[in-house]
Amino acid sequence: MAVSTVPKTGVAARVEPVPLTQADINVADRIAGTSIFIAASALLIGVTLGVMQGLEHVGINLYVYVQPWVASYYHGLTMHGVLNALVWTTFFIVGFFTFAIVRSLNRPLRWPRLNVLALIVMVFGLLLAAIPMLSNNATVLYTFYPPMKADWTFYMGLTLVVVGSWMAGWGFYATLIAWRKEHPGQNQPFIALTISITMALWQLCTLGVAAEILFLLLPWSLGWVSGTDPLLGRTLFWFFGHPLVYFWLLPAYISWYAMLPKQTDGKMFSEPLARLVFWLFLLLSTPLGFHHQYADPGIPQAWKYIHAVLTYGVAFPSLLTAFTVIASLEVGARARGGKGYFGWIRRLNWGNPSYAAQNLAMVLFAFGGIGGITNASFNLNLAVHNTMWIPGHFHLTVGSATTLTFMGIAYWLVPKLTKRNLFAPKLALAQAWTWFIGMLLMGNGLHLLGLHFGAPRRSMLGSAPYASADWNPFLYESVVGVIFLSISATLFYVVIVGTLFNRRLTVPIEMPIAEPLDPTPAPKWLDNWTPWLAGAIGLVLLSYGPMLYQLIRDMTMWSQPWRVW
Amino acid sequence: MSEHEQDAIVEDGSSETAADQAGHEEALHVEAPQETASHLHIDRYEAAWIRISVGVLVVFMIAVTISSFAIGIQLPGVYDRINPNELYEPGSPFAEPGLRELAPGKYEAYFRGQIWSFVPNEIHVPVGSEVTFYVTSQDVQHGFKITETNVNVMVLPGQISTLKHTFDEAGEYQIICHEYCGQLHHTMYATIYVEEDAPVADAQ
Ligand code: HEM
Ligand SMILES: [Cu+2]
Ligand SMILES: [Cu+2]
Repeated sequence: MAVSTVPKTGVAARVEPVPLTQADINVADRIAGTSIFIAASALLIGVTLGVMQGLEHVGINLYVYVQPWVASYYHGLTMHGVLNALVWTTFFIVGFFTFAIVRSLNRPLRWPRLNVLALIVMVFGLLLAAIPMLSNNATVLYTFYPPMKADWTFYMGLTLVVVGSWMAGWGFYATLIAWRKEHPGQNQPFIALTISITMALWQLCTLGVAAEILFLLLPWSLGWVSGTDPLLGRTLFWFFGHPLVYFWLLPAYISWYAMLPKQTDGKMFSEPLARLVFWLFLLLSTPLGFHHQYADPGIPQAWKYIHAVLTYGVAFPSLLTAFTVIASLEVGARARGGKGYFGWIRRLNWGNPSYAAQNLAMVLFAFGGIGGITNASFNLNLAVHNTMWIPGHFHLTVGSATTLTFMGIAYWLVPKLTKRNLFAPKLALAQAWTWFIGMLLMGNGLHLLGLHFGAPRRSMLGSAPYASADWNPFLYESVVGVIFLSISATLFYVVIVGTLFNRRLTVPIEMPIAEPLDPTPAPKWLDNWTPWLAGAIGLVLLSYGPMLYQLIRDMTMWSQPWRVW
Repeated sequence: MSEHEQDAIVEDGSSETAADQAGHEEALHVEAPQETASHLHIDRYEAAWIRISVGVLVVFMIAVTISSFAIGIQLPGVYDRINPNELYEPGSPFAEPGLRELAPGKYEAYFRGQIWSFVPNEIHVPVGSEVTFYVTSQDVQHGFKITETNVNVMVLPGQISTLKHTFDEAGEYQIICHEYCGQLHHTMYATIYVEEDAPVADAQ
């Protein structure tokens, strides 16, 4: 390929930097804009279905009015999970990254055609998966546990979305590698590096779900083999499922570390440590998926224990993040005249919707993170596994830390991409706060329903015979949250669509890049991929290898496909 | 790896303030080769925070270790497998599942999960009984959570899940299917009646 034309004489060879032209910027921005447009459209359907779920829980069944488009609660729930957790996130991330890596490196995409093709593959996959999903032929929820069987195009489509996102990642690596050749001896710029680390983590963990689909589900859904092994399927799924949450989270972290401080006149506090945080995520976020299978039969307790311990390990980089990000924001608030131990908080850039949304997202994530650490303990896990506690938890993480941060990013990125002023910033600010309040209420209600009563998740609770009147206060609390959220979601789309038709940009917008407080570049070992990648692969082999070997050796293809909806 | 990090991390006692640094307005894209730091400098407060974080996480790890080994937390593990297509074969304990008394106060209960019910859908045991549950599925994945207890396990076709519980308080406990298993998933539950005066025990 084209890369072989670059002489391989090591760091000494100096290659002239390729200048970034307007045409290059246009290519990247068109990819970004298209991706983010698709992401936001998916979220629009997704949140609407979320509101219907919340209302069903208190006995307001709106599904009867939307036949046959949403055939059942579970048809809606499948679309809610897939469109929000997989489509909104993945498409937004790919779009945001394509935009940001070009700015971070100040260099065109190395292989722009690859990135365009990546998006085409993702869109094609999305359409392929959407057909069975929308037509109620894949009502298997977003975890698609076998032996429930969706139409094969559903699996194939999701695979193509993932493969497309891999290709986007290859495009980013190639761009970063080209930059390194042009800038020998320099540390990789923070944003480009962390984008590439996030994509590498994604590449590693999606191997699990790709294996599940290619070797178990596709041949079986096509009828080439008659049975499948549900436990092996779950294990491969959760190999992917936990790092998936870091794939959702790290883009938000990139914004919190490297962009948000700038939005409140701050600087990046200990930039080298921030790099360490991302390397630690690459190293530690995959080898702990059994913590999602504490309640599974057929997996030895010893392996569950090992993964529990590793789970506490991966909490460490998030704890570091809490300190560093807060310190960076404090630098800004003090530069803006903030005083006192906590008084400075008021001087943060709260008037700016992009800033406020992301800061509020962080606060919600603090609750989510604490809940997450407790989930990892065996005892509490058995109390809350598969109860409403779990959706309570992840609406604070992916539903807020990620989603509200992305909305905040959209408040500068959409004006930048469309070259139009943000429409009604006050409404955008109201959007951030209503999301915050809504998620607090819904999150709290759902957590407590799970903890106190063991109310099950993924259940049409408004029609469940075992539902008890004791649940009502908590259900009502969460439905008040749902009402706030529906207002918030409406405001989001009013602001975004309003922006598309707003006046031309008056003040030019640049991507916010926070400078490091201490300009001394990070030590070399924080700029070197080899040890971290090798360590990550090694840890995965150690923590998954023996158990996967056993499960594959003892595999029993007993389970016939079922259609149960 | 961690030793290497230890070597490289040097604590920075003189914590610098924003004001000291405000003069450095260096762009991110430095064109000249950089002089990189040989050590990772860590701010004083940040170092304290790191110590606290590590301390807290180590405490959690110890707690998990103690609960796994010393106290013996009951987590589902490996028991046995069974072909879901052969649950009705002679000799299968899931052909006619239900409660069996092993000794006074000791029971085993077999449950078959199927769309959209548990078989049996109720059992009665006297207060104080220790019941070992054995559950499998004849079709898709199900869940098995007994309210007000820590009995919480996935039910997979092909696997037998087992957990034990002692019912010290009389009352009605519900077994709820908490894994999506299709159209009427939310109607799938069973009841355990824990009774003061053991009627079932007399009836064998
Ligand atoms: C208006 C905002 C939202 C509302 C009212 C809402 C409501 C809900 C409710 C009530 C459930 C539980 C359903 C059940 O377990 O039976 C749920 C599940 C879920 N939500 Fe949301 N949600 C919202 C936004 C989001 C967002 C932004 C995301 C992710 C980006 C998200 C991801 C999920 C996922 C992954 C599930 C689990 C689906 C499953 O169990 O298969 N939600 N949502
Ligand atoms: Cu996890
Ligand atoms: Cu069920």
